[in-house]
Parts: sequence; structure tokens; C-alpha cells
Amino acid sequence: MAELARAAEPFRFYTRLHLTELTGLRAAGLVQLVRLLKSVPGGSIYYHTHRFLQQHQYLSPEPPNDFAYWVREILGEEELGERLASIDIIQFSTIRSLRESIIETVEEYLEQRPEAKMRFAQEGGELHFKKAVSFILPTQHISYDLREFVEILKRITIDSIYFHIFEARLRLEKKTNDFSNWIENSIGNEALAFSIARLDPYVFTMEDLRRTITDLIEREIR
Amino acid sequence: MAKIDDYTPIVGESVVEDLKLIALHLRGKQILNVNSTAVGGGVAEILNRMVPLLRELGLDVRWDVIRGGEEFFDVTKKFHNALHGGRADIGEKDLEIFMETSRKNVEEMDTSSDIVFIHDPQPIVLVQKRMNNKWIWRCHIDLSDPEQKVWRFLKEFVVQYDAAVFSAPAFSRKLPVRQFLISPSIDPLSDKNRELPQEVIDGVLNKYGIPKDKPIITQISRFDRLKDPLGVITTYRLVKKNIACRLLLAGGTATDDPEGQKVFEEVMESANGDPDIHILSMSQNDLEINALQRASTVIIQKSLKEGFGLTVSEALWKSKPVVASNVGGIPLQIKHKHSGLLCYSAEGAAFAVKQFLSSPDYARKIGENGREHVRNNFLITRHLRDYLLLFLSLYHRENIVYL
Repeated sequence: MAELARAAEPFRFYTRLHLTELTGLRAAGLVQLVRLLKSVPGGSIYYHTHRFLQQHQYLSPEPPNDFAYWVREILGEEELGERLASIDIIQFSTIRSLRESIIETVEEYLEQRPEAKMRFAQEGGELHFKKAVSFILPTQHISYDLREFVEILKRITIDSIYFHIFEARLRLEKKTNDFSNWIENSIGNEALAFSIARLDPYVFTMEDLRRTITDLIEREIR
Repeated sequence: MAKIDDYTPIVGESVVEDLKLIALHLRGKQILNVNSTAVGGGVAEILNRMVPLLRELGLDVRWDVIRGGEEFFDVTKKFHNALHGGRADIGEKDLEIFMETSRKNVEEMDTSSDIVFIHDPQPIVLVQKRMNNKWIWRCHIDLSDPEQKVWRFLKEFVVQYDAAVFSAPAFSRKLPVRQFLISPSIDPLSDKNRELPQEVIDGVLNKYGIPKDKPIITQISRFDRLKDPLGVITTYRLVKKNIACRLLLAGGTATDDPEGQKVFEEVMESANGDPDIHILSMSQNDLEINALQRASTVIIQKSLKEGFGLTVSEALWKSKPVVASNVGGIPLQIKHKHSGLLCYSAEGAAFAVKQFLSSPDYARKIGENGREHVRNNFLITRHLRDYLLLFLSLYHRENIVYL
């Protein structure tokens, strides 16, 4: 068995747990949706584009974000629903730019289809804006090399994987996910770091994502 | 009583580890829960399970119940119906009765804990006694369309809290205090939800004289108008036109619900001696409720309004196909056609029940999805985690909290 590189700095696994805060704001139609998209806190945009990842891990395929689901299923605007669903979240490195893209998509559609402004959700079908309050905690799990890392990765909560892959990159505005960052800078394996960074985590269920990253690392240390 | 580690085989080691990790940050905090009844109804049931587990996690948790006479609970029942959007026949005299009992409770109850956690409107006035501690109002009922006079009256107290907690997004109102969304939960190790041997299930059916000769459609609920037991009977009669079946309506009444007996009598009258309708007014017996749910072919929850409707999660956890109204917290538990079928009327409910009875494979798949959805989102471990985070949020205003 080849000797593994020992990390310059160990990797500590953190976990991220969230509490859902209600904003009391709700949209019944597209004009109102755009207005609220412009003013709600960033945590609310984050919540509605990431909630499905954790709540419906077992269901696949799932609507990629709450806005797409609401527009399609409640307002019956299939085409706009599709456009919103296909916004490629991985392209964005800030919530601000993701927010702008969602707003632009809806505004563009309303210019082309002004009649869509007259579609409203029935009472009870409004989109309620929520936001995530994140609590970030260090776990006891620390790794000094890739073997220790992959063993922890196999049994850590999906909340921890979620934090290091999704939240670190977009909400905390780091350039890449934490795993790639550590593997590149502390282990010095640029190729493995890149192969993890290039995955689009939004098309995986959380368990599939765990399996895929585990496989990539195990192939490397075999 | 279950210990925290007993949940590991069900939810996984790391979920339990996380709970212990968060609890370290709240060790020794005194938390007082207050509600209006020690038995009957979902709130008491949840507190009975949560309090010992929070204690085991190192929090100093107490649970107290307000005192009130028949007149007081008559008024709070009127409040309950009015908050659910019903007609409110509430006069000044009613408000006086409510305030007088509340004042006595304010005088008598020790609310000096670090965090005071008030459940539902009955004890809401206690906040007048707040000192330099944290207060949370936990609303378990459907506030999506409240009668305005009653809501305005209660809102005066709600705004004095540090935070309000609701079970579904539609229940939140515009309020100057922080509002959180926390769904209730079921306990997979309680008598109501744990696995049961077939002979126990059969024994309960025998005890109540329910033969297994036909599919059994069941609604487990208190005898309460908002649970629409008469609508369930209509549903059953529509199903029965095409498919032979039995209907089981089972439930008790809570000590804070004076209307229960009247509704029970109406249900008996509507059943009109049909030998395939089994109406059981039961005292609290979780094991028997568990057995009846497990013996059922399809479970209905045809509520007109619902705080959350935990009987839905109970049924889903038992992998049962569920037909339920699209109200309150039910759509959080059932994703239509994925983990159950949602309905809006007796006719819609009957159609959905017939679909399940006619397509057992479909019913089984939906039931399995339902169980996984409950495992991920509606078990007591998720609820404990949310409460721990809620307590922590009282000491942190920011959106990203590093602990």
C-alpha cells in the first residue's frame, strides 16, 4: 500500500444545522414575486434554492427550487417553471448573483408574456418566503490524510457534507468546496481536488454525492 | 421511557451525535414548558416524550400546566374554534373569564426559568410576568384564517414574546417578533408507533369486535367537528357503493374539550346502526391506537382545519397509504401522489380511497415513500434538534451562527 501524504493542516469536519425562520411575506402572483425577490434577505433566496436537497433526499427527481415548483405547479406557468428550474446554481459564487439571475428570468418572461401577470395562486397556495438560520458546529472528526478523511466521510451526517459542499461555497462565498480546498492546499493533490470541484452537486441526492466523492478518493488511495 | 441512544438504530449514529453536540451549548439552561392539559391532545403527547429526552441531553427542563375551571376552558375552546376561522360568539364576559383565570395563573406560577416556552393560547397571558428572561410562544393550531377579533386580542400578548413558533408557513402572520417554522413530530419508540407483533394487533381487533373480512378504512381522531367525522362517514358510504369495506372511527376526548361528547353523539346518529361502521370512544390507550392503525388498509384524515395532523405521520410511519385533506400541516407530510393522496371533499377522498383499495402495489409504494419522508422530517430527533436550535437562536440574532 502506497504511503499517503500527510496533510500540512488537518481537516476538521464541521456540521451545519438549520432552523427555518418565517418572514411573514408571501407572493400570490408573479409581479409580487419579483418585488419580494428584490427585497427579501439573502438567506431567503438561499433557503428556497436549497431546501429540497435536504428535505426530500429520498425522492428523485425533485423540482430544483421552490420558485420553479411554485410557478409551475401553483400558477400553471410551465415554461417559466422550466426556465427557473434550469438555472444552473453551480455557476454562481454569490447569493447576490443567483438572486439577480432569478429576477432577470422572471422579468424577461413577463415582458414576453404580460398576460402572465394576471395569474394568481388560489387562497392558501401563496408562496411563503422563509429563510434559513444556519448553526455551524465543529464535530470531533479530524483527518490527517486521505484514508482517515474517506473513512469519516462514509459515516458523517449529510448535514456535514452539505455544509462543506454547498454552504461553504455559495453562502460563505468561498471559491470552491472545502474538500477540494483541503485536498489541493494541504494534501497537495491538485487533480483529485479538481475532480471533486468539477462535480455538479445539485444533480445528486445527498447520499449519491457522498458515494461519488468517496469513490473518487478511494480510487486515488487504492 | 426511551433513552436518546435508543434512537440510533432508527435515525443513525450521527444524528444522535449532533443532538449531543448542540446540547453542550445549552447545558444547565432552565427551560419551563407551560400548556393547558397534562393528558389528551397532541401537545401533551409531544411534551411527555420531549421533556425526558431534553433532560437527558443536559437541559434543566420543567413542565407545568395552568389551572382553569370549566368556564375558562369553554372560552378557550371558543378561541380555538375562532382561530381556526369559525364563527366567534365571544363577548366581553368571555374575555373577562379568560383574563381572570389567567391572572390567577400569573400569580401562582413560577416563571423564573432562563427560557419560558408557552404552548398555545390558553396560557398566553403569562408573558405579562416576564422578567429579564426569554419567552417563546409556540402556536400548535392553524392560524391561516383567524377570526379577527380574537386574533387582535391575542396578538397583544404575542408581541410581548421574543419569538413565535408555527407548524406551517401559512400560519405565520405579520408580527414584530421573530417567527420560526417547526413541525411537530412522532416518537417511533412510543407505544403509539413502535412495531407490534401480529397477535397483539389481532387481539385488539378481537377486543373491539372488528372482523378482518373486509378492508378497513380508519380515521383516528378526537370527536371534534374540525376533524369532520361526519364527512368520513359520507366518504365511506361513497366507497362502499363499489367496494365492500369497514369504517373505523376511533379516538377520545381531551380534558380541555367540552364539545367532544356532543360530536360523538352526532356521529353515532349518522352511523345509524350500520354494522360495518365501528365507532370507538376510547380512553387514552396508545398501544391500541397503534394496533388499529396497523390493522387498517387505508387511513383517512379528513380534517377541515388542522394544527398539524400528527395522525398522518403516525400512519405514514406504519407505511400505510393515507388520504388526507389539504389543510394545515398535512401538505408538509404528504406530497400528493408521492407519499399519500390529498383531497378537498368527501367525493375526492372516496375516489382516492378507492384508488388505494383497487391498486395494492401503488398503495404499498406510496406507503413506503411516506415512511422515508417521516424518517427524514417528522421524527422526534428532528424535533429535538429544532428546539435546541430555537433555544440557541434566542441568544443569537445573526443568520449564520458559529458555535
